[in-house]
Amino acid sequence: MAPKESWIAIGCEGSANKLGIGVILHTPTRTTILSNLRHTFVSPPGTGFLPKDTAAHHRSHFVSLAGRALAEANVSPADVDCVCFTQGPGMGAPLTSVAVAARALSLLWGKPLVGVNHCVGHIEMGREITGADNPVVLYVSGGNSQVIAYAEQRYRIFGETLDIAVGNCLDRFARTLRISNDPAPGYNIEQLAKKGTRLVELPYAVKGMDCSFSGILASADALAAQMFAGKADFTPEDLCFSLQETVYAMLVEITERAMAHVGSSQVLVVGGVGSNERLQQMMGEMARERGGSVFATDERFCIDNGIMIAHAGLRAFRCGYTTPIEESTCTQRFRTDEVFVEWRD
Amino acid sequence: MAAAAVAEAASEPPQQHQFPLPAVLEYPASTPPYLITQGAEGRLYKSTYLQPDIPCALKYRPPKPWRHPILDQRLTKHRILSEAKVLAKCRRDGLRVPAMYAMDEAAGWMMLEWVHGAPVRVRVNERLGDRKEGIDKDEGLKELMRRIGLAVGKMHKIGIVHGDLTTSNMILSPSAESVTDGQLDGTPGSLEGEIVIIDLGLASYSTTDEDRAVDLYVLERAFTSTHPRAESIFDELLKGYKEAYKQSNLALKRLEDVRMRGRKRSMLG
Repeated sequence: MAPKESWIAIGCEGSANKLGIGVILHTPTRTTILSNLRHTFVSPPGTGFLPKDTAAHHRSHFVSLAGRALAEANVSPADVDCVCFTQGPGMGAPLTSVAVAARALSLLWGKPLVGVNHCVGHIEMGREITGADNPVVLYVSGGNSQVIAYAEQRYRIFGETLDIAVGNCLDRFARTLRISNDPAPGYNIEQLAKKGTRLVELPYAVKGMDCSFSGILASADALAAQMFAGKADFTPEDLCFSLQETVYAMLVEITERAMAHVGSSQVLVVGGVGSNERLQQMMGEMARERGGSVFATDERFCIDNGIMIAHAGLRAFRCGYTTPIEESTCTQRFRTDEVFVEWRD
Repeated sequence: MAAAAVAEAASEPPQQHQFPLPAVLEYPASTPPYLITQGAEGRLYKSTYLQPDIPCALKYRPPKPWRHPILDQRLTKHRILSEAKVLAKCRRDGLRVPAMYAMDEAAGWMMLEWVHGAPVRVRVNERLGDRKEGIDKDEGLKELMRRIGLAVGKMHKIGIVHGDLTTSNMILSPSAESVTDGQLDGTPGSLEGEIVIIDLGLASYSTTDEDRAVDLYVLERAFTSTHPRAESIFDELLKGYKEAYKQSNLALKRLEDVRMRGRKRSMLG
């Protein structure tokens, strides 16, 4: 039998409020995205997405989204080599609902399951899309804020948030200001920030390569309360501007420290917050000064999606990795450095 | 000694500067600055203070153009003033750290005493050479470890945590009597001299056992990854630590917890 020349995987992601399903094709030299669909659960202004509502959203849309993903990819279940799904980290109920659906596909089609770490999915997809070979990775989203570099078969965490994620800080501040959650609270903060002019003083919390955002959020919330009470001379736009300038300066600083530490001049930004243009711009200026460059992807890949799960899962699968169904439980806590990265040198 | 310092300052090869110099280093009268390192935080130059025979270290934090200028100014000022405060506190309480000569927090620089000697990392590695055995019986090295412990213990006792303890951030500075033939930096392999803790840019005031334990844990991790063959003698350092800092038992107990969990907690979703 001739060696296998192509592999197809379907990836199912639902660790937060996005349900994503994608189909990917690998050949020894190329990676092709056959389909990459997403359905987002948007909660009303002033509210966040609750686990049970989000899980219900994923359950009700999974079948139709999976059907459309296959149809768009022009692939039948028989062509699929493995079913990849997010094992963690993320919110429990949404993760579980997608894991159940992935197990069902696996049993229905008689294809092996591959559990994927969500963070590793982001990193691998970012590397694939941008061609960044061995960058320092800043992974920033609603649930995670980490500075990561690869060494000896693992993605090592050099710095991370000590409390909430940066995206969570932005999302919750959007709730305070009662900004719309459509398409995403962070996007709407970014638009308001473009009209802000005044830098209001907020705490700046960097400790070595780690940082903290909860105090900044508390402080911004207090300023917003002053403003709503008519006791302040700054606007919501100014607050959004100040919040962005402060938290992004922190992220760029810890990234720069990690780059100096490992001696790298490339930086890759992944995760939902990575689609913020101001963050990309600041990161670009920093990297240029260090004689390097920044790699970023657009919203199709930055924001949670199924294709990254399919891609990272398929890389592991091609090294012989599968997840037996009795071990296919998911977990809210799944550190990036727990994954043995067999597919890299 | 002064003649040696002049000779030494003059002996640095002239440099082409890749980065713009802070104005303070561009006075025609100042000794040509020599760039020692370029870190994430800023740049370290060697120059002279007032007279050509007084070498000094100039720490310069250049503006970061990607930061909002107001925020950038605030952070630079804050960090220089806080480092200066920590240095003053250490010297007041008798812990050997570099003296502060001058600063301009708005321009982003501070000028410090140039501490002669070599980083502890270099001296330890020279001493270890390519030996694989007998390291835990090297009394000279064990004694050095205790002296490091004494310095760290004293720092914690006066309420300062360093934030970035490594064997590169300590200088083994030879005593004046031992300096012969203008060998201000001491002789390779020699473990004689005083421990001077440097680079307190991330240091802060703290008297919590958690912060002290994390400080020790960072040092332990840095030591064992920099000098893996000498891992077995790290306990000597803790002996010196206990000696200098009588209430250290709580911090050391906390160190056990920190070792178990690592510096990082397990990740929240």
